[in-house]
Amino acid sequence: MSLWTRFPLLKGYALVSPAVLLMVLALISPLLLLVGISFTVETGSNDEWAFSLANYEFFFEKSHYVNSLGRSILISTMVACATVLLAYPAAYFIAFHVQQNKMLWLIMITLPFWTSYLLRVFSWKLVLGYNGVVNSGLMWLELIKQPLDYILYNTNAVVLTLAHAWAAFAILPIYVSLQKIDKSLIEAAYDLGENRFRTFMRVTLPLSMPGVVAALLLVFIPTVGDYVTPKLVGGPKGLMIGNLIQAAFGRLDNWPLGAAISVISMVTVTLVVCLYLYGIDRARRLMV
Amino acid sequence: MSGPPGKFNIGWLRGYTVVYLIFIYLPILLLPIFSFNDGIYVAFPMSGFTFQWWAEMVSQPGMHKALWNSIAVAVPVSLISTILGMMGAKALTSYPLYGARALTGMFTLPLVTPFLILGIALLITFKNYGINLSLFTVGVGHVLICVPFSLFVLLSRLESFDRSLEEAALDLGETPWIVFWRVTFPINMPGIVASLLLTFTISFDEFLLAFFLTGDASTLPIFIWSQLRFPVKLPSVLALGSAILVVTVFIVVVAELLRRKGSTRSTGKVI
Repeated sequence: MSLWTRFPLLKGYALVSPAVLLMVLALISPLLLLVGISFTVETGSNDEWAFSLANYEFFFEKSHYVNSLGRSILISTMVACATVLLAYPAAYFIAFHVQQNKMLWLIMITLPFWTSYLLRVFSWKLVLGYNGVVNSGLMWLELIKQPLDYILYNTNAVVLTLAHAWAAFAILPIYVSLQKIDKSLIEAAYDLGENRFRTFMRVTLPLSMPGVVAALLLVFIPTVGDYVTPKLVGGPKGLMIGNLIQAAFGRLDNWPLGAAISVISMVTVTLVVCLYLYGIDRARRLMV
Repeated sequence: MSGPPGKFNIGWLRGYTVVYLIFIYLPILLLPIFSFNDGIYVAFPMSGFTFQWWAEMVSQPGMHKALWNSIAVAVPVSLISTILGMMGAKALTSYPLYGARALTGMFTLPLVTPFLILGIALLITFKNYGINLSLFTVGVGHVLICVPFSLFVLLSRLESFDRSLEEAALDLGETPWIVFWRVTFPINMPGIVASLLLTFTISFDEFLLAFFLTGDASTLPIFIWSQLRFPVKLPSVLALGSAILVVTVFIVVVAELLRRKGSTRSTGKVI
């Protein structure tokens, strides 16, 4: 009797093992190495390393770094909220009001998400630039005399651009959770005399909360680490923690410091996510 | 009665959704529109129609090399990711594995970790083991983010696949290997092709990881990034970007149609 027939599950583990091996080698162990390196400093010129907390001390001594992390959390929170608020009505429309060609609508709304991230972000620079589409268009229409210089290179530009770039990540989970709602619950609320607003607030919205929460996190977590958008449209005031990490690995060539900033960011993001989840849970209990 | 109760005003919602679609599409559409504009600036009024920038883009020597590099990365990446994704999806759907939930959780990790973090973690790893940066290291990064995509596309496909067909073939005396190639593979072909196309697109367009993991050889997005510094090059970058957009959109539409074809049990599953 062969090994395969004696342990039928073995084959399943064998099938999944290459993907698991990849995750261990290219994800888990690199992340552990990243954490490890963050606790080192170069002691000599010839690649000697020693354990140290210096990178962490350095980070927390520089208000510049701490502020940048705080600002990134704030910007990403704004992005997550803006993306979800903008996406919810569209997801609602597709889930409840599109009867035919639902797939077509979904494909249409998610299609831009597959196109190059770099190009999508860059196109906003063209839109919002000093001599960009909005300014030149408004001047051409003689609605303004001078180009508006406050629309690019600031936090708002970063929020707008990211809310655009991550739209699909908000639409899909919200759509799925709305789609799952048993329609008879909504009808029941109506039959019991609730108005539209209260039905939405007390039935539809709470039932779609899993999707909303997923969307918030799916947008919040990755955007904290973005470095392209702040660089292209953020200007000096819109720079985020990702830019500092990138600089540590590039211009500054101080990898342990970059690793330490990354670890601090990941830990902070995790804590903030826990905080948000707790807050949302409390809010939901109050709402229903 | 216009529609079931409990809904907001449909006209208002439809209007909003259309505006939202315009918001999503308009910035991207600027690229092709202004790639034909006879002027260096992306600004109104447009000054006339020209093919000049497209001609300039095609004749750029660095572009050809970068295009070839991107293809040389994306083709193996899509093949390897889809093979690993298929094996993983098959294991998770056909065998009651212990820790299946933990495994699924692990496979979502690359998608919810900022790509910047993945990029530098891999960069440190390659440096640590003395592996020089090249197209290979970019490929490793791309396989890492493409396997989860492939796995989840194929998982939803295999979940709706009637396994009794496989069992029937096994009962009729076929070996598991033949059953896979003659039953499982053909029936799930649309999902497999969709996975190949989607992972190709992801790798082809990926910038954040490639930025850290590429050596001297640059992929197309890295090439575009390097061109963005020169305002004079902007129009030809627009032309290049438009060409990439057209190809991407075509590939993704085909992939999405394939993916949703056959798996018509509309469970509301979208990923």
